Amino acid sequence: MEVVYRERTWSFDESMTVKQMLKRIDILPESALVVRDGKLVTEDQLLKPGDAVKVVDVISGG
Amino acid sequence: MRCRTCGAPAAINMRQHKLSLCAEHFQPWIIKQTARVIRKYRMFTREQRILVAVSGGKDSLALWDVLLKLGYRADGLYIDLGIGSMETAATPAPYSLRSREKAETFAKAHSGTVLHVVDVAATYGESVAEISHRKRRTDSPCSICGLIKRHEMNRVALEEDYDVLATGHNLDDEAAVLFGNVLHWQVGYLRRQGPVLVADGEGLARKVKPFCRFYERETAAYTLIAGIDYIYEECPFATGATSLAHKETLLKMEHETPGTKLHFYVNFLRAKEEGLITTNLDIPPELHQCPKCRQPTMSDAHCRFCRLWE
Ligand code: SF4
Ligand SMILES: [Zn+2]
Ligand SMILES: [Zn+2]
Repeated sequence: MEVVYRERTWSFDESMTVKQMLKRIDILPESALVVRDGKLVTEDQLLKPGDAVKVVDVISGG
Repeated sequence: MRCRTCGAPAAINMRQHKLSLCAEHFQPWIIKQTARVIRKYRMFTREQRILVAVSGGKDSLALWDVLLKLGYRADGLYIDLGIGSMETAATPAPYSLRSREKAETFAKAHSGTVLHVVDVAATYGESVAEISHRKRRTDSPCSICGLIKRHEMNRVALEEDYDVLATGHNLDDEAAVLFGNVLHWQVGYLRRQGPVLVADGEGLARKVKPFCRFYERETAAYTLIAGIDYIYEECPFATGATSLAHKETLLKMEHETPGTKLHFYVNFLRAKEEGLITTNLDIPPELHQCPKCRQPTMSDAHCRFCRLWE
């Protein structure tokens, strides 16, 4: 699966939950939303090889 | 996780409310909760005209959208601050231009609404970026920017005869400000912080924050689900802002104990209502009218906004 966050991309071969994936890329679940194939998914959802995943930052400054 | 309403896979889980909802049921939930907050804090009525301060970001565009869906008479105000960006291939145009486009696109898609645009550089001769550079020794860009935004929001609201000015501040914004004010025991600021800032009848518009009970994550989810195109990148001046550092601290606490942010803010409002936050030092300052722009000021001469351009 491909995970895109800001300008970075990660590739993972194994399945894992959204929660585990966020931990791997070191992002607090409270500060992001995860989109798979255009749909929002919760932390317990299983991400599988081949999934296109986008992590959207939700915290803005200023 | 399943949607509490229909049992379909959830799109969002809100741990602080022990509530998960699917996309279809999340949208009406946001709209209903906003209506509740508007009523609870007596923000405005159906008959009143509302001016929404839109930045092109997720919160203000979501707010405008929700108010229109609730049937309110809401127009927008975009203040073009003239802020640039690091010139990378991915971000070729200045930040302000791109955020302005988002606001204009939204307005065009909602016929019957008006988007007022104030171009700071065209109106006053200098952009926020330029003044910040000129005043770099004494003032931070955000303090200059905040001063200009407050002044112009107030001016347009009064000149165009709006009853109330609505901003998209969410709970994370409010909790971060509260955190800063508590760390420094700014009792004067604490007294004024809240979902409603009343008009004083002397040239200050009434200000409300209908999204003050939503986490930033929820307003972001709303814009994604509603398909609202917003400016995702940050203002180049935002990096290193103390409010952002406070937000991050609060997020870590929220991660350990869900609901921390919510309780911090809501219990503060309750404490205020119960009269726990008072001070005898905070005698309301005597306000004068600025001879140039006619807005209220503590100074005997020109207000801080007018002095920016002198
Ligand atoms: S980050 Fe600072 S300069 Fe940028 S828009 Fe916000 S207040 Fe203005
Ligand atoms: Zn549902
Ligand atoms: Zn003035």
